Amino acid sequence: MRIGVVTFPGSLDDGDAARAVRISGGETVRLWHGDPDLRGVDAVVLPGGFSYGDYLRCGAIARFAPAMESIIDAAGGGMPVLGICNGFQILCEAHLLPGALTRNQHLHFRNRDQYLRVESVNTAWTNRFALGQEILIPVKNGEGCYVADDRTLDALEAEGRVVARYTRGNPNGSQRDIAAITNEAGNVVGIMPHPEHAVETLTGPSLDGLGFFTSILRALAGWSAGGQHAGGPQR
Amino acid sequence: MARVVVDVMLKPEILDPQGQAVANALPRLGVTDVSSVRIGRRIEIEFAGEPDLDRAHEIADKLLANPVIEDFAVHLVDSQVVDDTPAEVG
Repeated sequence: MRIGVVTFPGSLDDGDAARAVRISGGETVRLWHGDPDLRGVDAVVLPGGFSYGDYLRCGAIARFAPAMESIIDAAGGGMPVLGICNGFQILCEAHLLPGALTRNQHLHFRNRDQYLRVESVNTAWTNRFALGQEILIPVKNGEGCYVADDRTLDALEAEGRVVARYTRGNPNGSQRDIAAITNEAGNVVGIMPHPEHAVETLTGPSLDGLGFFTSILRALAGWSAGGQHAGGPQR
Repeated sequence: MARVVVDVMLKPEILDPQGQAVANALPRLGVTDVSSVRIGRRIEIEFAGEPDLDRAHEIADKLLANPVIEDFAVHLVDSQVVDDTPAEVG
């Protein structure tokens, strides 16, 4: 399984994301923001960091990178995409996910280990978790406050598209404690905390992050949630 | 020569913690009669030829503003007026 990890100017966690893919048993393919060639990958991870220095708005300029144009096309065709932190911001700016990530309500950068509750296990990236499972992974952001209008939030809840919520404290003021969401098809997931930093006991608070990367391998191997969506490569 | 100015503001229903922080600092200046501060962004665009308001609107909608959380307004301004010259400061 070939999992692409895109590096933008200012990406920070592309190395850790690539490492998490390898540890989970996948083959990492490094992708460059300026190159529209996705090199035959089966799925893509958009890593955390500060692409283009967060100029204008986080993710606003990265969304127009040549690699993103290809990824937007492929995601529309069903290719799984996981956006972590800055990657989540890019997915919202690209309109692959609804809503937006704004300045943390308290204005402080938050960097801590964070409990989440997994609320959708029907996505390409969370099918290895149990519904309602509490996991612990690091969160680190300055602009992680998820906002959307009430109609969008209601629709996300009604359609089971809230993938994870903050528990034991909301680190940034996100509406309805939302930490991660998915698109209608379940192939695109955006998450603010960092599963790629919780894959080894030496450096992480847990191994809970591994589930996201083993989930995608399972999805690519043919798993699907009741046939609602196929997580496999459909380019 | 005219220049196009795009003003971007957070939508009224979107919380502006930055504006709130500024508002909360005002009493330290002795200012107590301000009820709200909201912070936006002003972007000045110069076209190589004649200013193109339709194109500016497209640029604002696609890149300069995020319509999910922000409103924007596009208008022409005489560059004489917006030039950052010392005379204007006086």
